[in-house]
Amino acid sequence: MSCCAPGTEAALEIGPARLLDDREILLASRDLGDGTLQTDLSIPAAHCAGCIRSIEGALARLEGVISARVNLTARRVAVKWRREAGIPPLVDALRGAGYDASLTEVDDSAADPEMARLLRATAVAGFAAMNIMLLSVSVWSGAGNEMRQAFHVISAALALPALIYSGRIFFLSAWGALRVGRTNMDVPISVGVLLAFFLSVYDTVTGGPHAYFDAVTSLLFFLLAGRTVDQAMRGRARDAVRSLARMMPRGAMVVAPDGAREYRQTLAIEAGETVLVLAGERMPVDGTVVSGAASLDLSVVTGESTAEQVGPGSKVLSGSLNLDGPLTVRVDRPQKDSFLSDMVRLMEAAEGGRARYRRIADRAASLYSPVVHVVALSAFIAWLWATGDMHRSLTVAIAVLIITCPCALGLAVPMVQAVAARRLFSFGVTLKDGAALERLAEVDHVALDKTGTMTEGMARVMSFTVPERELGAAVALARMSRHSAARAVAALAPAPSLIVEDVRETPGKGIKGRIAGRTYRLGRQDWVGASGASEIPAATWLSVDGRALGAFEISDRLRPGSSLAVARLRRLGLSAEILSGDGEDAVAAVASAVGIDQAKGGMLPRDKVAHLEALASHGRKVLMVGDGLNDAPALGAAHVSMAPSSAADVGRNAADLVFLGSNLDSVPVAIVIARQAKRLVTQNIGLSIAYNALALPLALAGHVTPLVAAVAMSTSSVLVVANALRLAGPGRAPSSDKAGRKSFPLSEAT
Amino acid sequence: MSLLSWLVPVALGMGLVGLIAFLWSMRSGQLEDLDGAAERVLLHEIDDAPLRDRNDRERTNVAETGSE
Repeated sequence: MSCCAPGTEAALEIGPARLLDDREILLASRDLGDGTLQTDLSIPAAHCAGCIRSIEGALARLEGVISARVNLTARRVAVKWRREAGIPPLVDALRGAGYDASLTEVDDSAADPEMARLLRATAVAGFAAMNIMLLSVSVWSGAGNEMRQAFHVISAALALPALIYSGRIFFLSAWGALRVGRTNMDVPISVGVLLAFFLSVYDTVTGGPHAYFDAVTSLLFFLLAGRTVDQAMRGRARDAVRSLARMMPRGAMVVAPDGAREYRQTLAIEAGETVLVLAGERMPVDGTVVSGAASLDLSVVTGESTAEQVGPGSKVLSGSLNLDGPLTVRVDRPQKDSFLSDMVRLMEAAEGGRARYRRIADRAASLYSPVVHVVALSAFIAWLWATGDMHRSLTVAIAVLIITCPCALGLAVPMVQAVAARRLFSFGVTLKDGAALERLAEVDHVALDKTGTMTEGMARVMSFTVPERELGAAVALARMSRHSAARAVAALAPAPSLIVEDVRETPGKGIKGRIAGRTYRLGRQDWVGASGASEIPAATWLSVDGRALGAFEISDRLRPGSSLAVARLRRLGLSAEILSGDGEDAVAAVASAVGIDQAKGGMLPRDKVAHLEALASHGRKVLMVGDGLNDAPALGAAHVSMAPSSAADVGRNAADLVFLGSNLDSVPVAIVIARQAKRLVTQNIGLSIAYNALALPLALAGHVTPLVAAVAMSTSSVLVVANALRLAGPGRAPSSDKAGRKSFPLSEAT
Repeated sequence: MSLLSWLVPVALGMGLVGLIAFLWSMRSGQLEDLDGAAERVLLHEIDDAPLRDRNDRERTNVAETGSE
C-alpha cells in the first residue's frame, strides 16, 4: 500500500472508536428523498439558549449537514444532511461541543393527523363552551324573559357548529360500535349530547325556562380535552419488526460451482449453494464457512460486540456482520428458515401479544357504559310512569346522562399518565405508551441483559504497560482496524501525525504496519511475538520489529450505579436476574459484582423469549431491560421493557421506555413513578365514580338545572386534574450515587 | 338591550379571533417547541422562525446555491 498517495491512506483510516456506528445512524435515519436524510438525536443536557446555539452551530459546521434544529421541549435535535458527502460525525461533533447525544426515532408526532384533528375539535368546543357559558351566567342570574330568549337563540347558534364539528368524533366512534352490535363509552355520550341539544332547541323555540346548550358544549370540551391528552399518551405503532427486517441483506453474491458469480435475491438462494460474503456485509443466510478467515460481529446473536474468529468449518448465522476478511459460505438453510427470519417471526409474535393488553381506562369504561344506559333509561321510564310528562321525563334522563358523563373518568387516567411522562422525562426516561406505565407498575421481576445494559457495552482500555512514547504508534496503527480492541486503543489518544505504511490486518490475529521504518504489530500475544506469561489476562499486545513493548488491558466496564440500582430494585420488592447471550463465566462475574444471584448465560434470542414466557405462565410480570439486537424479541415479549438510549435501533423500537444517559438508576426510578401513577389513577377513578354516585340521586330526583350540571361537571374534572398534578411534585430523583461508579474488568474473548 | 346587540357580537368576535389565531399557530407549527421558542428570542444569529416556514426557505436556499 506504500504505492498509494498519502491522501488515500488517510481515507482508509477508520478513526478512533466512533461513539456511534455509521450503520446505526443510517438505520435510524429517515430518507426525505433526493439524497437527503433526517436524523434525530436526543440530547438530554440541552436546556438553554446557549445550548441551542452551540448544538446547532456545531452540527451546521459539519460537511454535508443542511440544517440542524433543536427542539428544546423534547430535548432533541433534527439534523438534515446530504448523503453524497458521507455520514457526518454528528455524535462526535456534539461530544466535542460538550453534549452527550444518542439516536432516537425520527419524531413525527407533530404530523399525527388524529392529534391535530382532536386539538382542532377541542379548540372549537372550548370556544363555543366559553361563550355560551358567558351568556348562561346572565340567564342564571335572572335575565328577563326577552333577553333569556335572545341568549338561548345565540347559544343554539354557537352550539350547532360545535356539535357538528367537535361532536363528530364521538358520533362516528359510537356509530362504528353500534353498527357491529357493540356499545362503547361514546354511545351514552352521543345520545346524551344529541338529546340535550334537541330538547334545548325545542325549549328555546317554545320559550321554556331551561336550555342545556352550555352543558352540551362544555361536556364536549372536557371530553375532548381528556381524549387529546389520551391520544398524546397512546403508543404509536412500533416498527421494530420493520427495523429488524431492514437489517436483512436483500441479496448476496452466489458463486456457482464453475466459479461464475451472480448477485441474487436472498429469497432465491437455496440450501447447498455457495455465497461470497465480503467484509462489511451481513450474512444473508445460515451456513458453514468453506474458505476464508474473518472476524464476525455476533451482536445480533449474543449481544456481544466482541468479534469472533471464524475459519473453514465454522457455522455462521444470518445477521452476523463480517468485519474484515472475505468468506465463502455454503448455505445450510434457505432464508425463510434462517436465524434472522426466525428473529423477525419472534418479534411479530411478541408485538401481537402486547396488543392484547387492555388499559385500565378501557376496562373501567366497558363496565361503566352499560350502567349509565340502564340508569338513564330506567329514570326515563320511572318518571314517565309516575308523572306521565314526556318532556319532564326526558329532561331527567338527559340530566342523568350529563351528570354521569365520564368527563372526569376520561381525564382521570391520561392526565396522570401525561404528568408521569413529564416527570419521567425530567429523569431522562422517555415513555412511548401510557399503557406501558400501567404495566410497569405491576412488575414483580426484573430481567436484565448484561452487555450494554449492566455494562457499558463498549470495550475500553483499562490499563496498559506500553511505554508512553510508543503510544502514538499504537494509536496510529489501531486507527486502521475495525476490531473492537483496536478501536479501544485508538480512543486512547488523538490521532498522531504518523504515516503508517504497508498496513496488513490478519483476521483473528492482529494488525501490522510500518511506521518510520519499523514494523509494529498490534494483536494477540503469540502473533506479535511476545513470550512469557502475561500478568494481564485478556490483553492486546504491541511489538516493534518482533520485540514486545507491552500490552493493553481491554475490557467492558460496569455502568455506573449498576449495583446500586440492583439494590434499589430489591428494596422495591423485585427479584432480579441476568439473561445474557455471553458466556456463563463472564455473566457470573457481572452478577456477583452487582449482587444478583440468578444469572443465565449463553442464551440465544429464542431462549430469552422462552424464559420470559415461562415466567409469564407462572403469573410473573417481568420487566425486561436490554439493549442489543439479540434482546429485541425479548423486549417485545416481556410484560414491559426498557432499553438504554445507546441501544440498537431495533432494541429502542421494541422497548416501551427508553432511558437516556449511562445510569441504570433510571430503572428503579421509573418503577417508583409508575407505582405512584397507578395509585393516583386508582384514586382518580374512585373520585370520579364517587362524585357521580353523589350527584346521581340529584339527577334522578329531577333537581338538576343547567347550573347544577355545569358546576358538577367542572368541579369533578378540575378535582381529577388537580389530583393528577400532585405527581408532578417538586422533588428531584433519588440522586445518582457517584460512589456506585465502579470499574469492573470483564474478560474479553479475544 | 340595544347595548347588548353591540356587546354580544363584539365578545363573540373577539373569541373567534382567538380561535382562529390558535388554529393558525397550530397549523404553522408554532406550538411544536414552546420551551425553545422562549429561548430563541435571546439569540441574534439564529433564525427563530417556526420550523415549517424555515424548511421552505432552506429548500430554496439549497436550490440556489446548488450542491457543492
